[in-house]
Amino acid sequence: MSTTPHTTTTPRKILVLGATSGIAEATCRIWAFQGASLFLVARNAEKLAAVAADLKTRGASYVDTAVADLDDTDQHPALLAHAVNSLTGMDIAYLAHGILGDQIEAERDFNTAAQILHTNFVAPVSLLTWLANFCVQRRAGTIAVISSVAGDRGRKSNYLYGSSKAGLSAFLGGLRNRVDREGVTVLTIKPGPVKTAMTANMPKSEKFADVESVAESIVSAIDKRKDILYVPFQWQPIMFIIRNIPERIFKKLNL
Amino acid sequence: MPDPTATEEASQVQAPFESWGRYPTYGAKLLPLHWQSDFPALTADLHNGALPVGMGRSYGDVCLLKDGNLLVTTAMNRLINFDAETGLLTAEAGVTLAQILDFAVPRGFFLPVSPGTKYVTLGGAIANDIHGKNHHTAGTFGCHIAQLELVRSDGSHMICSPTENPEFYSATIGGLGLTGVITWATLRLKPIVSRKIDYEGIQFHGIDEFLDLTNQAHDVEYTVSWVDVTSTGRNFARGVFMQGDHSTKKDDLKPSPKPKLVFPFEAPGFALNALSVSLFNTAFFHKQIHKRVVAVQDYEPFFYPLDKVLRWNRMYGKRGLLQFQYVIPWEHAKEGTIAILHEVAKSGLASFLAVLKAFGDAPSPGMMSFPKPGITLALDFPIKPDKSFPLFQRLADMTLEFGGRLYPAKDAAMTAPQFQAFYPQWQHFAQYRDPLLTSSFWERVTQNS
Repeated sequence: MSTTPHTTTTPRKILVLGATSGIAEATCRIWAFQGASLFLVARNAEKLAAVAADLKTRGASYVDTAVADLDDTDQHPALLAHAVNSLTGMDIAYLAHGILGDQIEAERDFNTAAQILHTNFVAPVSLLTWLANFCVQRRAGTIAVISSVAGDRGRKSNYLYGSSKAGLSAFLGGLRNRVDREGVTVLTIKPGPVKTAMTANMPKSEKFADVESVAESIVSAIDKRKDILYVPFQWQPIMFIIRNIPERIFKKLNL
Repeated sequence: MPDPTATEEASQVQAPFESWGRYPTYGAKLLPLHWQSDFPALTADLHNGALPVGMGRSYGDVCLLKDGNLLVTTAMNRLINFDAETGLLTAEAGVTLAQILDFAVPRGFFLPVSPGTKYVTLGGAIANDIHGKNHHTAGTFGCHIAQLELVRSDGSHMICSPTENPEFYSATIGGLGLTGVITWATLRLKPIVSRKIDYEGIQFHGIDEFLDLTNQAHDVEYTVSWVDVTSTGRNFARGVFMQGDHSTKKDDLKPSPKPKLVFPFEAPGFALNALSVSLFNTAFFHKQIHKRVVAVQDYEPFFYPLDKVLRWNRMYGKRGLLQFQYVIPWEHAKEGTIAILHEVAKSGLASFLAVLKAFGDAPSPGMMSFPKPGITLALDFPIKPDKSFPLFQRLADMTLEFGGRLYPAKDAAMTAPQFQAFYPQWQHFAQYRDPLLTSSFWERVTQNS
């Protein structure tokens, strides 16, 4: 387990959106071990309660939860205000919700495609707008968002998911450019395939990265105020190559 | 928030799932359970049966189901509650003992019973009713389970404890995962003030000396012996008796560092042979130069010396290894052990890790539990089909003659008649089995009846 480099006496206040996702849960365990205060949001009440009990038991100094469907952007301002009240502030906002979606279905049916774009791009934009303005106002805070290596280049096997994450990465790049000078840190997290519930059905999923080590990298990137994190790190050079394959060749590949 | 687990169908991942002995290996569909509510929801349309499994550290086929569905519990590893006054820890069944130690040791608590590896799940430890070096003072792992929740394939939930659904409690402890899915359990941890173990290692020659040392160590919490099974004549049944207690001197309770070494490749089949093992055994015996060695040791090397090298089972090559562990009751313990050690030495088949221990009198709550008062010996052999199996059968028959029995968690070879003679209560136990759940072990040892 990594430990925080700061020896702060007041626990860090962390808002986690999509707290029952595999990567978020593993990340929260490290923060709980460090004694952080956590506000957790997820859609399924039963799963959220299980995660909250675990984090409380592991040593989180404060855990509060809210059940919410984050697709419902109308609710976002009230939800986020409630979270910040509950935590009495916010040092880190961690956006970890998202869906893989069904690529084949999305090729046939625009509604499926629109759903993926909504959940993975539109809804985070709504959350980030509120959160960024909150942080700018206080001239402090870190916003860490899970995007994906799949957003670095569209591929036929998952370009709906990929384009939703590409949009998210581009949005985060612009947001960082805007708020960095206001004392706010924006971290774009680009995981490769990770062993979680989301990827449990994929063949070879046993060879994917361990969620615990991914979580450790995320915590450390947040502590170091990094801008972009490829995790595991091997994905940085791999994606550099993939981004630079000429399109006339790339379009023939089966990726 | 969209939840990827809710809508997707059961996993199609088809993979050979290996047990720790890497023999046998069967294809099975892996269905990870991430949440307590995943069972039986995920298994609604399943055919071919299912079996809950954890880390797959049992050696033979109790954790396998040929062409069936393995419900892998390791992602269901949340803590639910911890009471620092009583040491009662409630956790989901997929949590590993390593994860429990990471949590408990810095808080001044330790496992009530530790097996030889910490990479097993809480559910697996219950289902195999594992034992450790303190069996004579603490009984089996199951003795420390205050309660557990059992979920059946019909969707019913049961809290099981010595007073609530006691018959299912008894059937589930040592029940090889066949009575239902254990979703969570409450384990009684014990307080410690140090990571250290006050250790003593003592050389012995022969079973009599081993028994003397055992008697003298009545009040020592942990005892176990390594025995050289390759030597004959003057050196027959020589070994090192190892004993230890948790140090009572207050010390830093820091968490364990992560293991870094991984056995990097599969050793060729010839690497472990009579000569190399005999050399290893001689070296191990003489590593302890003096008759008696006293030391203060961290608990990691004391309890889990092999965990330092992840995947050490690769040392046995592709064919894997066969484990053999018996318990013979006191009445025939000495003659039985001597006879079996002679048989092993005579066979010339190598065994690296021969572990000898006296079990205590504490009864296990488990209906099908392996330990009983007497001597237990655990051996392993690299698999050589023409030789290992006939030897194994001879040893199993001898065990039966001496009134003993074998340990299902370490078995890949006992026959149905042998199992049914070792565990005559098996038909009573079968009444508590969940109709969906079975294992390759269970199919094998209950056939023809």
